[in-house]
Amino acid sequence: MSVDKATVAKIASLARLRMSDEELDRMVPEFNNILAWVEQLGEVDVTGIEPMTAVIPNSLRLRDDVVDADPLTGGGKRDAVLANAPAAEHGFFGVPKVIE
Amino acid sequence: MTDVTELGVAAIREGVAKGDFSAREVAEAFNANVAAAQDALNAFIVATPEKALEAADKVDADRAAGKALGKMAGVPIGMKDLFATQGVQTTAASHILEGFKPEYESTVSRKLWEAGAGMLGKLNLDQFAMGSSNETSYFGNVISPWRKQGSNAALAPGGSSGGSSAAVSARLAPAATGTDTGGSIRQPAAFTGISGIKPTYGRCSRWGIVAFASSLDQAGPMARDVRDCAIMLEAMAGFDPKDATSLDLPVPEWETGLDSNLRGKKVGIPREYRMDGMDAEVAKSWDQGIAWLKDAGAEIVDISLPHTKYALPTYYIIAPAEASSNLARYDGVRYGLRDLPDGAGLQDMYAATRAAGFGDEVKRRILIGTYVLSAGFYDAYYTQAQKVRTLISHDFKNAFTECDVILAPTTPTASFPLGDKLDDPLAMYLNDVFSVPASLAGLPAMSVPAGLNSEGLPLGLQLIGKAFDEQGVLNAGLAIEQRAGFVATPDKWW
Repeated sequence: MSVDKATVAKIASLARLRMSDEELDRMVPEFNNILAWVEQLGEVDVTGIEPMTAVIPNSLRLRDDVVDADPLTGGGKRDAVLANAPAAEHGFFGVPKVIE
Repeated sequence: MTDVTELGVAAIREGVAKGDFSAREVAEAFNANVAAAQDALNAFIVATPEKALEAADKVDADRAAGKALGKMAGVPIGMKDLFATQGVQTTAASHILEGFKPEYESTVSRKLWEAGAGMLGKLNLDQFAMGSSNETSYFGNVISPWRKQGSNAALAPGGSSGGSSAAVSARLAPAATGTDTGGSIRQPAAFTGISGIKPTYGRCSRWGIVAFASSLDQAGPMARDVRDCAIMLEAMAGFDPKDATSLDLPVPEWETGLDSNLRGKKVGIPREYRMDGMDAEVAKSWDQGIAWLKDAGAEIVDISLPHTKYALPTYYIIAPAEASSNLARYDGVRYGLRDLPDGAGLQDMYAATRAAGFGDEVKRRILIGTYVLSAGFYDAYYTQAQKVRTLISHDFKNAFTECDVILAPTTPTASFPLGDKLDDPLAMYLNDVFSVPASLAGLPAMSVPAGLNSEGLPLGLQLIGKAFDEQGVLNAGLAIEQRAGFVATPDKWW
């Protein structure tokens, strides 16, 4: 299957990537080359085969239900969490006004 | 006095413990090499000489006080800039994370510091670990210390751990961390004549490693020889409750377990890896490897991994799919770059920030990943790829009923000039044709140097083991190392 410029523009918008017309023109053939190449997977007979979910069998754990089980990830870290924010204000992440 | 920068992990640790030289002397010597090579090789994004000295002084003080020293005591290392290091810029070689100083330390780096290692700096890499030549870094290409005979053309150090491979082979660090998603430890190790191992998926905690494709990402050591890799892997590995896929298993004593006598072992040679038009010198080095392992006592058996040709296309669906999801977190809100055009709303800010902050290869993979996960295409691409991944994993399980370890080339060619494959993403992806299958199956795999080709460039051999059998991989690697006698180093032109 090959995709057109409008489809790549739609995907870019879904991925929240602003792309110029020129960038889209450049991306369309690259995108189609890669898609054409991965489509060879369609020829593999996968009847009765389960999709891989865990590459090494491993059961998911639950941590103990206690406060601050690991102090590093437990909480009370507001300032550290905000330390790298581009626009932290009043103890929150600042974003542009959202009015719809 | 010996030039300590010619020593590896084991020799430095031993020299420091015996008092032949101080940890500070070692750190100073490597700090000097790092600084002298920076302009030519661009292996580091940030050098941290003070961190290396601080760790060294602590080891020297501990030794003077008669305290027990750690596994990596006195060994300064390079840290791939994909590991979060507290208070030290961590970028994944991207613009979007430029200036990001983590408030926490990754589990793997913390364990290395606790074992007595010190940090020489943060190593350059392909942006978000996406690349095979270290040409996608926002902070410029890493230049391989190796050159073809009679040529000054800049060569690729491999990728994505290209800063790591360049630094170790140029003697800027005795060892470095790498991460491997589809070959990012093994391919650069092969290109630069060093050793590197990707352990079983889950051995090393992913906590604090900038995520690329979470079902594939694994950290591992890159060093000058197999013993050094074993030592460093012991220091890096171990259960971590902060990583949901961390293996809750004790860390074996791989260094103590090293044994290059392979009597009673079977080495599988996958016939599908012998591809049409294979580089003749790579094929020859593979044959040589077979002879070496036979000489070490192993029995050689022909095996089949029938779905090998589908591994790369499978990888290039799964890895971008996971990347598109993982990289959704870079939104200009919580950390990193924000691009807020005049009058822009929240959605425009996201799109502008990500457009300005990601490089072309990262965007390409996010788009592919978004597409294969989108409604209507999910089953045809993503689910199909996960099913083929199951088949690839079955191939290995079947093969390991007939053999203990698999021998293959690490890469289809030796290193290539920078720029050679930049305009052709598919040609670049093919670099990982031999390394991706083990990644998809989560298996331990390592590259060791086998020799030089006719142009004077290193070639690597790859060993792939059963899940949890890093020891088998290391032992077969050691058997090759002892027979290859690889001592070549790049001429110092920088």
